[in-house]
Amino acid sequence: MRKQRDNLKRPEQELRIFRMRALLASLVVFTLTGILMGRLGYLQVVQHEVYSTRSENNRVRVEPLPPTRGLIYDRNGELLAENRPTYNLMMVRERVDDLDATLALLVDLLALPEEEAEAFRVRSRQRQRPFQPALLMSDLDEAQIARLAVNRHRLPGLEVEAQLLRYYPDAEIMAHAIGYVGRINAEELTTLDAGRYAGTHFIGKTGVERSYEEQLHGQAGLRKVETNARGRVLRELDRSDPVPGSDLTLTLDKELQSLAYDLLDGRRGSIVAVAPASGEILAMVSVPGFDSNQFVTGIDFASYRALQDNLDLPLFNRAIRGQYPPGSTIKPFLALAGLAEGEITPDSTINDPGFFQLPNDSRRYRNWLRWGHGRVDMERSIAVSNNTYYYTLAHDLGIDRLHENMTGFGFGQRVGHDVFGESSALMPSRDWKRGRYNQPWYPGETLSVGIGQGYWQVTPLQLATATAVLANRGEWVKPRLARRIGDEELPVDLPETPPDIKITNDNWWDRVFSGMEKVLSGNEGTARRTGVDLEYRMGGKSGTAQVFSLGQDQRYNADELAERLRDHALFMAFAPLEDPQIAVSVIVENAGGGSTHAAHLARAMTDAWLLGDDQLDVDEIRDELENDDASVPGG
Amino acid sequence: MSMIDLSRIMRPRPVRPPASGISRRRGFWERVRLDPWMLGMLLILMMAGLVVLYSASGQRIEVVIAQCVRFGVGLAVMGVIAQFSPSTLMRWALPAYLAGVAMLVAVELFGYVGMGAQRWLVIPGVIRFQPSELMKLAMPLMLGAYLSRCELPPRIKHLVVCALVIGLPVVLIAKQPDLGTSLLVGSAAIFVVLLAGLSWRFVAALAGLAAAALPLLWINLHNYQRQRVLTFLDPNSDPLGSGWNIIQSTTAIGSGGVFGKGWLQGTQSQLEFLPERHTDFIVAVLGEEFGLLGMLAFLVLYLMIIIRGLLMAAGAQDTFGRLVAGSIMLTFFIYVFVNVGMVSGILPVVGVPLPLVSYGGTSSVTLMAGFGILMAIHAHRRLLPR
Repeated sequence: MRKQRDNLKRPEQELRIFRMRALLASLVVFTLTGILMGRLGYLQVVQHEVYSTRSENNRVRVEPLPPTRGLIYDRNGELLAENRPTYNLMMVRERVDDLDATLALLVDLLALPEEEAEAFRVRSRQRQRPFQPALLMSDLDEAQIARLAVNRHRLPGLEVEAQLLRYYPDAEIMAHAIGYVGRINAEELTTLDAGRYAGTHFIGKTGVERSYEEQLHGQAGLRKVETNARGRVLRELDRSDPVPGSDLTLTLDKELQSLAYDLLDGRRGSIVAVAPASGEILAMVSVPGFDSNQFVTGIDFASYRALQDNLDLPLFNRAIRGQYPPGSTIKPFLALAGLAEGEITPDSTINDPGFFQLPNDSRRYRNWLRWGHGRVDMERSIAVSNNTYYYTLAHDLGIDRLHENMTGFGFGQRVGHDVFGESSALMPSRDWKRGRYNQPWYPGETLSVGIGQGYWQVTPLQLATATAVLANRGEWVKPRLARRIGDEELPVDLPETPPDIKITNDNWWDRVFSGMEKVLSGNEGTARRTGVDLEYRMGGKSGTAQVFSLGQDQRYNADELAERLRDHALFMAFAPLEDPQIAVSVIVENAGGGSTHAAHLARAMTDAWLLGDDQLDVDEIRDELENDDASVPGG
Repeated sequence: MSMIDLSRIMRPRPVRPPASGISRRRGFWERVRLDPWMLGMLLILMMAGLVVLYSASGQRIEVVIAQCVRFGVGLAVMGVIAQFSPSTLMRWALPAYLAGVAMLVAVELFGYVGMGAQRWLVIPGVIRFQPSELMKLAMPLMLGAYLSRCELPPRIKHLVVCALVIGLPVVLIAKQPDLGTSLLVGSAAIFVVLLAGLSWRFVAALAGLAAAALPLLWINLHNYQRQRVLTFLDPNSDPLGSGWNIIQSTTAIGSGGVFGKGWLQGTQSQLEFLPERHTDFIVAVLGEEFGLLGMLAFLVLYLMIIIRGLLMAAGAQDTFGRLVAGSIMLTFFIYVFVNVGMVSGILPVVGVPLPLVSYGGTSSVTLMAGFGILMAIHAHRRLLPR
C-alpha cells in the first residue's frame, strides 16, 4: 500500500495543491464577503425606512403632560375638592440590580407591615414598558421621604415622584353629592380617549366628579424628549402644554349641607334642599356618609369590606337612589291632580266616617284617625292628612289619570340635570303592572297609591323637586348641582325640562298652599308643634312610609317593633309661601311618625336658609326631638 | 507513532546564508523586512479604526490614546517578529504550543474568573495573560511545522495527530468558556490542514461527523451560549434581554442608510442604545454613522489585505511558510466575517472583535504578531532560487 516514504517531499506538488486551495479559499472569501455586503445592502437600503423609524422611536419618547384637574367650590366659593401634592415611590425595573434585596431594604426603611411588603413584590413583578417608571407605593409621608433620600445611593432605579392627588376637605359630608375620583380601571381604559387621558391616572367615579368629568379633566399636553438607552431625558424637542380642567362652582351651600348632615345626627336618612326658582340644589345629603378620600388612592380591602358590610349602607346614596313610599307627602300633588282633572274644587267636601269602601267590597280602607274627621274639604284634608278624602279622590281619578298627573311632577322619572346615578324610582301604572307581574290593575291598588303607599316609590330628590315645582305654581325647574363651569354660567333653561303644570284656576294654587300652611300653623295641623313661632309663612306636608304592610284593621305600636321595622318619617316643605326660596324633602329611616322628627329637621333647614341663623343650635333641635318622639300620629 | 512524528519536528534544520550579491542591492523595505503594501493598508485600517473608535467610545480621547499605545506595541511586535527567519519560527512552534497547552491547563485549574469566564492567568503584580491568545499563533505554527515535514496531502495517521493537536487546546478554550477564541483557534488549525491538501472526501466525512455531533455540542453549551443561539434564531423572543444587542445593532446599521448619519451623529451609538459599542459591536457604529459606503470601504480594505496576504503566502519559500501565512490570513478573514455577520444579524453572537478596529489590547497585539510572522515568511521568500 505504501508507495512512498513519509519524508519524501514533493515540493512542486505541494505548491500546486497550495495554490489550488488558496485560489479556492479566495473564492470562498469573495463569496462570503459578497454575502456580508448583500446583508448590509438589505439592511441599509431595502430596510432603511424600517430601521430609521425604529431608531427614531428609540431616541424620541413622547411624554404626556397630564392636566391639572379643576377644583370644585360651593356656591360661596368654599373649596370642596382640591389637588394636593403627594409623593409616590416609583421604580424603573431595568435599573434595579437586585430586586429582592432592594425590596427587603425598602420594607425595612419604610417600616412596612408584611402584607404590604407582599403587595410590593407583586406590583414590582408586573410587566411594564421597558424603562417606564412603575408605581410602587403612593402617598409617602415626610419621614419616609427623608429615609429614602438618605439611602438613595443604596436604591438605584427608585425615585420619589411628586403628583397631585385629589383631596376632599369635608369628605364625610360631601361624599355622596360630589362623589370622588379613583384610579382608572381596565374597563374604563378601553373606552377612554387615550390622547386626552395620557398620563392621567384618575377619573371621576361618582357624583359631580363623574357628571363633569369632561370639564374637570382638561386636555393632556405632550412633550417629545430625547432619551438615552437608560431612559434618561437628555433634552426636550417639542412641547405642547396641557389645558387644565375647568373649575366647577356648585349650587350646594356648604353651611346648609353641613347643617343637614348634622341634623340627621347619624340616623339613616336623607335631606335634599332645592331653590325653587332656579332648581339649584342647595343641599343634598345622605347619612351615613363615608370618607371619600380613601377611594382616591385606592381603599384597602378591609376598610372596603367594612363599608360594604355595614348595615347602614354608608356607600348607598339615599338622596338619589333611596326608594321610599312617599306616604302622605304626596297628598298636595294629588289634590292638584284632582283640581286639574275637575274631580274636585277647593270647596267640595266629603264626609269621613273613618274609612272608605269600594262599591261591592266589604274591605274597609282606614283613615289613620279611627273615628274619622267628619266633613273634610281640600285644605283640611291636607292639614289633617285625611286618608278617606284621598281614597275617594284616587278612586274617582283612576290609576291612569293619577299616573299621568304624578308623572307630570316628575315621579317615576329621573329629574336631575347633572346628577350621576339617579334612580327613577317607581310611579306605578296599568302597563307597568302588566309588564312586571303580568296582572291587571285592581281598584284597591289605586287607593293605596292615593295615600302614597303600595307600589309607589320616590327618591328624596324627586320629592324635593316636585315640591319645588309645586312652590313655583307648576313652573318646572330641573334640579342641578353645577352653577358655573370655569367662567361660564350654566344656562337657566336646561334642555329636556318637562312641561309646566296647568290648573284651571290659578288662585287654587293658593288654596293648596293654604292647606300646606295649616299643616304647620293650623290648630289641627299634623306638624303644628314644628310650626310654633314661625317667623315666615311655611307650607309643608308630613308623611309616613310603612316599612312593612299591616293587615286589615291591625294597629301597631311603634315601640314594640324592632328599630329597623319602624316606619320611615318623611316631610316636604317650602318657604316662604309668597316667594318660595327653598323647597326641602326630609326622610329619616325608621323614625316613626313624620310629623315630628322629619318636620323639625325641615324647619331647621328653612330657618337656616331664610333667617341666615348662624346660631341655629343643632343640639337644641335634637333635644326637642327626644321629647317630642311618638307624640302626634302622622298620616 | 505520534511521538516519532513530534520528535522529527524538533530536529533543527540548517539555515541557508543569504547570497551576498543580493543583499548589497536591498532597499529600505527589504532591510526592515516589511512589506510596504501590507504595512500601508494596515496603517490605513488602524487610522480609520481610530476615527470610528473615537465616536464609539463616546468621544473619549483617552480610549483612542490607549488604543494608539496598543497599536504601537503591536507594530513593534510585528517589526521584531518579522526579523526572525521562518526556520526559527518553526523551531519555536513546538515549545510555544506546549507552553500554551500547559497554561491553558493552568487556567483551567486556577485561572482568574472574569465576566463569567475563566480566561486569565494572573501572576499578581506581574502579568495578566490570556493563554488562548498565544494559541491563536502557536496553533498554525505547530500544525504548519508538523505537516510541512509530512508527505502531502496528509494521510490518515497525520490527520489523527492533527486532530489531537487541534482538539486539546480548542476544547480547553471552549471550556473557559470562550466560544469566539476557540472558534478562531480551531479555524486557524483547520485552514492549515485544508491548505495542506486535505482530501475532499475527508472534508465531507468530517462535516457529516460535525453535523452528527451538533446535539452533543448543544448539551454541553452553557446556558448563556444556548440563549445566544436561540436569540440569533429569533431576536424578538427576548427583546430586553439577550435579543437587545442584535435588535439595537441591526437598527443602528439599517438606520445608517447609504450615506450614514455622519461622524458622531449616530443616535443609536451616541445615546448608548448600542451595547459594547466600542468593542465587539463597533461595526454598528460604523454602519450607522458612515452608512453603506463606509461599510463597503472597510470591507474592500479588509479584502485587499487578505488578498495581499494570500499572495504573500503563495510566494513563500517553503510549505511551512505557505501553510502558516495562508492560515493567518484566512483566520483574519474569519474575524471580519464572524464579527460583521453577528452584528448585522446573520450569525449568532460570539465574542469576536473586528480586527484592528474594535477596542481591545491583547487581540490587537496578537493580530499584529500574526502579521509579523507573515512579514517574516515574506521577507525570506527570495532566499531560495525558484
